[in-house]
Parts: sequence; C-alpha cells; structure tokens
Amino acid sequence: MTESGTMLCTDRETPLIKVSHLGITFGGLRAVNDFSLEMGENELVGLIGPNGAGKTTVFNLLTGVYTPSEGDYYFCGQRMNGKKTHQIVQSGIARTFQNIRLFNKMTVLDNVKVAMNPHYEYNLFSALLRTGKYWAGEAENDAKARELLEIFNLEDKADAVAENLPYGQQRKLEIARALATGMKLLLLDEPAAGMNPTETEELLECIRIIRQRFNISILLIEHDMNLVMKICEHIIVIDYGTTIARGTPEEIAQDPRVIAAYLGTED
Amino acid sequence: MGSVYALVALGYTMVYGIIRLINFAHGDFIMVGGYTLIFTIPVMLGFGLPAWTAIAFAVIVASSVGVATEAIAYRPVRKHGTRMSALITAIAVSLFLENLAQVLYTSNPRVIRASIFKLPTLQLGNVKIDGTTLATIAIAAVTMVLLQLFIHNTKMGRAMRAVSEDKEASILMGINVNRTITATFAIGSALAAVAALMYCAQYPSVMPTMGSMLGLKAFVAAVLGGIGIMPGAMIGGLTIGLVESLSKAYSASLTKGIITSAFSDAVVFAILIVVLLVKPAGLLGKNFGEKV
Amino acid sequence: MNMPKQNKKSALINAVALAVLLAVVAYLGFSRALSSYLVGIFWLSCIGIIMATSLNLTNGFLGQMALGHAGFMLIGSYSSALLSLAMVRAGILAGGGAEQLARFVICLIVSGLLAGLFGILVGIPALRLRGDYLAIITLGFGEIIRVVIQGIPWAGGDGLSQGSASPVLFKTGLGFNNATKSHYMLFVGLVTVACVSAIYTFIRSRFGRAIISIRDDEIASSASGIDITFYKVTTFALSAVFAGIAGSIFAACYSSLNTGNMGFMASVNYFVMVVFGGMGSLTGSIVAAIGLTSLNEALRSFDEYRMLVYSIVLILMMIFRPAGLLGTYEFSLSGTISHLRNRISKNKQEKEAQV
Repeated sequence: MTESGTMLCTDRETPLIKVSHLGITFGGLRAVNDFSLEMGENELVGLIGPNGAGKTTVFNLLTGVYTPSEGDYYFCGQRMNGKKTHQIVQSGIARTFQNIRLFNKMTVLDNVKVAMNPHYEYNLFSALLRTGKYWAGEAENDAKARELLEIFNLEDKADAVAENLPYGQQRKLEIARALATGMKLLLLDEPAAGMNPTETEELLECIRIIRQRFNISILLIEHDMNLVMKICEHIIVIDYGTTIARGTPEEIAQDPRVIAAYLGTED
Repeated sequence: MGSVYALVALGYTMVYGIIRLINFAHGDFIMVGGYTLIFTIPVMLGFGLPAWTAIAFAVIVASSVGVATEAIAYRPVRKHGTRMSALITAIAVSLFLENLAQVLYTSNPRVIRASIFKLPTLQLGNVKIDGTTLATIAIAAVTMVLLQLFIHNTKMGRAMRAVSEDKEASILMGINVNRTITATFAIGSALAAVAALMYCAQYPSVMPTMGSMLGLKAFVAAVLGGIGIMPGAMIGGLTIGLVESLSKAYSASLTKGIITSAFSDAVVFAILIVVLLVKPAGLLGKNFGEKV
Repeated sequence: MNMPKQNKKSALINAVALAVLLAVVAYLGFSRALSSYLVGIFWLSCIGIIMATSLNLTNGFLGQMALGHAGFMLIGSYSSALLSLAMVRAGILAGGGAEQLARFVICLIVSGLLAGLFGILVGIPALRLRGDYLAIITLGFGEIIRVVIQGIPWAGGDGLSQGSASPVLFKTGLGFNNATKSHYMLFVGLVTVACVSAIYTFIRSRFGRAIISIRDDEIASSASGIDITFYKVTTFALSAVFAGIAGSIFAACYSSLNTGNMGFMASVNYFVMVVFGGMGSLTGSIVAAIGLTSLNEALRSFDEYRMLVYSIVLILMMIFRPAGLLGTYEFSLSGTISHLRNRISKNKQEKEAQV
C-alpha cells in the first residue's frame, strides 16, 4: 500500500491515468462514445449522469472487463487496452461494484487477505511444507490486513462472515478490500447507494482519511449530488455514452446541458 | 441414426433452454420409452394393430416419468438449491433410472420381436436407404416444424419462450412458471419416447444403459447446433450421426474389420470439446455474458 | 468459512496425533494382524481418501464441477504398472524388499507428475467453461483417456488387462500379494497422510483463499487481482497429481488393471463421496471415503441395489441438505482440545459458584 509521500508513477511527467477517445459498441448500441479522461496524483474526479448513461461501462472498460473498440488507455505510461482484469488490478487500479460483490462465505479478514494475494511472498512449496517463509508471510500480511480494517472500524468484526455484516459495513469492507490490492487509483461505483445520511457522512470521512493516508486518486460514480458536490474536485457528466460536460462542481451545477439531461427540457 | 439424435437433441434443447438445466436423465427417459415399448408392442399386435401404435403408451409413460421427475426431484432443488446441486440431482436421477431398470429387468438386452415398420427400401442409384431411416428423418423434421409452430403460435409456447428469457419477469407477467416447466418436461419426454421408437426401429434391442450413451451424444448434438435453439438441434443431430457412421467405418478399416464404437465415441466427445472451446454457443447460437 | 487459527501449536498437535495413528497402522501392518479382507479394505479406503479429498479440492473448494477424476487415476495406474514393468525388465531395482519399495516410490512420483501434466493439458481448455459444460467436458476427457488407453495394444487391450490374475502384472513387480500388502500398510498410510496434509495446507494458505474467493464470486476475485485461469488450472492439476498417486497405489493393489474399473462409474463413485461428505470439508470426504468404501465391500452381493440406494440418497440429499453431511465443517484437533478445556473450566466455575 502506498503511504503518503511515495511517488505513484515512476516519471513525474506521466499522468496517473490517461484515457483518450475510448469507445465501445454492443450489438448496435454505442455504449460509450469518445470518452477521455486524464488524472494525476491525489485527485478526486466524479463521474455522473442519468441511469444507463454508461458510467459503469466506463468502469468496466477501465478494469478490463470489456476491451475498448476504439481509443487508447494508458495507466502510468503503460498501455492497458486489452489487458485482463487481474493484470490491470495488479498494475494499480482497483474498483468496487454497484451491487456489492463480497466473498460472502469468507470472513471479513479473509476478504481483505484475498486482495493482498500478490503481496504474499511464499510460493506453493513453501505453503505445502509450511516453511518459515509461510509463517512469516502469513503473520506479516495478517497484521497489515487488520491495520486496514482498523481504518474502517471493522477490526472487531475480523472473524465475522462477510454476508452477516450490515449493509453499510459491507460497503466499507468492499472498499477496504479494494485498498488492500495496493492500488494507486480507486474506482468507486456508487458507494453511497442505499445509505442513510449518517452512513453517507461516515463514508465521506472514510474517503477523506483514505486520500490523506494513502495518497491515491479516486474516480467516483455517484447519484447522490450532495456527496458529489462536497468532495469532487472535478466532474465529468455522461449521457447516452457521450460526455456532455466537464468542470468544477460549481460549473457543472449551472451547466444547462447537465440540467437538461437530468430533468429533461421544457417541451 | 442422426435423426434419432436430432429428436433427442430437440428434447434436451427444449429443457435446457427453459430452465437452464442439462437433464442428464433425458437419455434415460428414452430407455423408459424403450422398455414400455417392449411390453406394449405385443399388446398392440395382439389387437391386430401395427406395432408402432404402441408409441401412444410409450409417450404417456415417458411423459409421466418426466413430469414426475420434475416435480419430485428437480423442482425442490430448483427452489432451494444451487446450479450445482441441480446438476448433481440430474446425474442422480439418471443413475437411479438406469439402476432401477437394471434391477427390474437385468442388464441383458431384450429384443423386440416384431419389426416396427414394414417399409420398403429406397434405392437411389448406388445407395440403398432403408425405409426406416427415411421415416425417422421425416418424423424428426415434422416434429421440429410442429414444435416451432407450437413455440411461436400457442399461448403455452409463448410462455415457454418467455420463461427461457427471463424467469422473474415471466412470473410478474402472470405466467404460471411451474406449469410451463411441467409442460416442457412432458413434451420433452414425449419426444424421448418417439426417439425410442425410431431407435428401436433400427436397432431392436433394449437395455438399461441404452439411454446414457445416446443421451450424451445427443447432448453433443444439441450443443453443436446451439443449445436452446431447435433447428440447431436438428442440424447437430444429423451431423453427429454422420460423423459417427464415418468414424465407425474409418476405425473399422484401421482395425481390419472390427468395428468398435469406442473410437467413434471418442470422436464425438472430441467434437464436443472442439465446439465448446471454439464456439460455445454452437453453430447457430448467440453468446450470453454476465452483466457486471 | 470456518478457518481455525493456524498457528504452530495446532500444527504440532496435529502432527503428533497423526504419528500416533500411523504407529497403530504400522503395528497392525507388520504384525499381519488383520485378515486379507481387512487389509484390502484399508488399501481401498486409502485410495478412496486420496481420490475424494483431491476431488473435493476442485469441486468443493474451487467450486468447479469436474467429473472425469477417475481418468487421472487411470493414467496413474497404467503409467505406474508400465514403468514398473520396464524397470523390472531392465533390471533396475528389480528385486524385492528395499528395491521394491524404491521402485514403488519412483512409480508414485512419476505417475503423480504425469497425471498432473495431463491435468494441466485438460484443465487449460476445459476450465474456460462454466458449470454444466465443464462437467460434461471433463466427463468427456475422462472417457477419451479411457478409450485411448484401451486402444494402445501394449497397455490396454492385450497388455495389462487380460484375465483376472494377469501374470503380466505380477511381472511388473506391482500387483502385490497379501503378505506384501500387509507390510506396506504403513507406507500406504504415510502416503495418504502426506497427500491429505498437502491438500490441507494448500487450503489453509493464500492459495486456498484465492480459490475459495473464485468459488464465491469469480468477477470480484479477478477484480481483487487474482489470476483466475492460473489458480483454476493449478488446482485442477494438483488434484490430478493426487489422483495419479492414488492410481499408482491402485495398481499395486490389484492383480490386473481394467479400464472399465476406472471409467465414468468410478468417477461417480468418488463424486458421491465428496458430495456426501460435504463439498468443502476434508474431514467429510475422509469419513465418506472410509464409510462408502467399507459399505461397498460389505454389500458386494447387493451390488445392483447399491447404486439404486445411492442415487436415491443423493437426490434426497440435494433436496434437503445440499451441503452434505458435514457441510464445510472441518475437524480440528486443537480446536476440539481447547473446546473441551473451556467446557471443563466452565463446569469447574459452575460448581464453585454453587458452593
């Protein structure tokens, strides 16, 4: 995991992520059209738009679930087009899902440990023979995992089975798991969905703490405008797969095209 | 033989298309039909009717078995269980039927003493085509057409299509899903009975394991044509039948006259593997992905 | 997923308990205290345990329904027999006693590796498919392997499977007689313990976590950085290795090899063991393996009814208790000990409170 002060990409000039003219078509439907995005370190960008606008599809493109049919996608200077999901994740991008996808039958602690898998140093033989490397690796990562849970106030639930957690804590666990991968860019897909105002405030706190502590960038899909306006530095608005506006929260709030997309024009 | 596969494949495809369950026991429904015929053909002959009218009984028995299986075994698992447990249940039903038959009738084959059809042999140039084979192909084709009409034009047929697309939405639309599924099984099993008849017309012996190989190969046929798609099942069935005969002949030439079905079995499986790897949706199929 | 604390203390306790168990087996074996019937059941149970636990690895923990497991056992047994035959003919380690043991060990290793290789070959294409298709395709591979071996003249049809007491197999140096089988009980027990331990440690490690995560949610798993294909193939290959080893033991156990013994029905047999015991419980697989193997032998005369009963029980199980007898419960010696300790101290406290 990156701590504050660590360089994220090797080269100062390279942006963290650079997406140009990304597009994908499903059957006859142009789901995403000419999507561009550039982010540097420690930025928080929001992606908003009406339902079905293609926001999750963008996430899927960025995490390798779909391969873009046009455009270029670079992360830390490396081309990501066509790479498989786990490769992209290991390069440093992690995500959460709109409908929470936890490993339901595993404990909270194990959920986090799974994401840390590449960081474990021991190989198959060490595991089978239980060498020192195995014990050392397990102890070290166990401690790290618990540390991470502490940030989210979940450390006392470490041995609870994931599906038994209340909804709000499940969401937090999903974010914790994504963080555990050691990513530099975090994609959050509607993290506040289904939360009441208290839980949403807690979530905001979490996001603030994460940014401070881990020096990562976040791309956020949200419908909760309060949340978006409060924490996003920059917003991109999508409708029908096409970007219709970008700018600061204040600019977006007054952009007539955005208002039209959400509320419809007077006809 | 390919047309027999086609008939069976149609049954498989129907069931899979609607409830996404590969009914391992489908082949064994055929066996049930076969045994019924063993007992009912002599009865029919006794009445002075042609042998093939016994199909009526076979259809009834096979359908009942199919419906019963669905109600007793598949439905409860469908409600509470996972895909895997449904699969396990299907395998278990198949084993059950096979072993039941084995216990009741021993594993020795029983022969049907009467010829089912008295049809002439057709001569096209150098090729002699058995009348029975033609009849089988004809029946398979007719069945397919009837099924297509049924699916597209009747209320029940449309219900089946709806359920196969989206079960939850169908319930919301007021379709009685359970009844639809029951009907699917009834028709599928009836098809199995017809297939049994056609099979017996060509190879008049019945034994408990006749269903399993037949079923597996027909499954390959269904996959080849595109599982869930009827014309695909037809094409798949005929293709597999053709491949099987060719590979039997080829292996015969290899082993100097000893025809082993083992080789052609392996070939059929190899086809399955190739299809599943190259174009899992089958020749006529569409690809489904999972929405994240 | 019930994963008890994996610390060195519990590992030590387990090791000691197993040593005691093996000592008992050794005594029984070397003193030839058991009848040949019981010795046979011991061997078969061990084979069953290895097959069931390795199958559980793929079906239970990874969650992928593979049905052709007996095919790997077949590869293991035939390769073992052939290798042994070749060695005897070439005069390498051809004698009895220690040389026979060494030969056996080599055969075990080679057949395990060979089966594992096939596991990789079969796994890479097959594991791309999900659920029902995977089951069918692994079944298909199992059958293809069987047919191919049967077709090879020096292995199948004319070679090793003629008659019921093939002198050819005795010549291979395997196909042990009863006295030898008894003496080898400790060895077989050791191999079994080693295999099961390996599977156990695999599961209680990052590998186990990875494959359980794949079982629970493949998409989330790959989104957490897990290379799905790698883990699926590795697990499948590993379970094939163990099946190969089991096959090797099988070859030593019988006087002749018949491909019919290790076809679809055998796969189903082991599959039933896994389901009964609980897909996700090694303890369950062990219990089911021993139980069903013994039951099979005891009910030999009722062979036909056996499968009938099994299938009915299987259906009932799927309807009422799909998790199997033991579900995902795993017996832990250290867990039981600490549990007992707690109970004892609680009783003490209650007694003191009453006074």
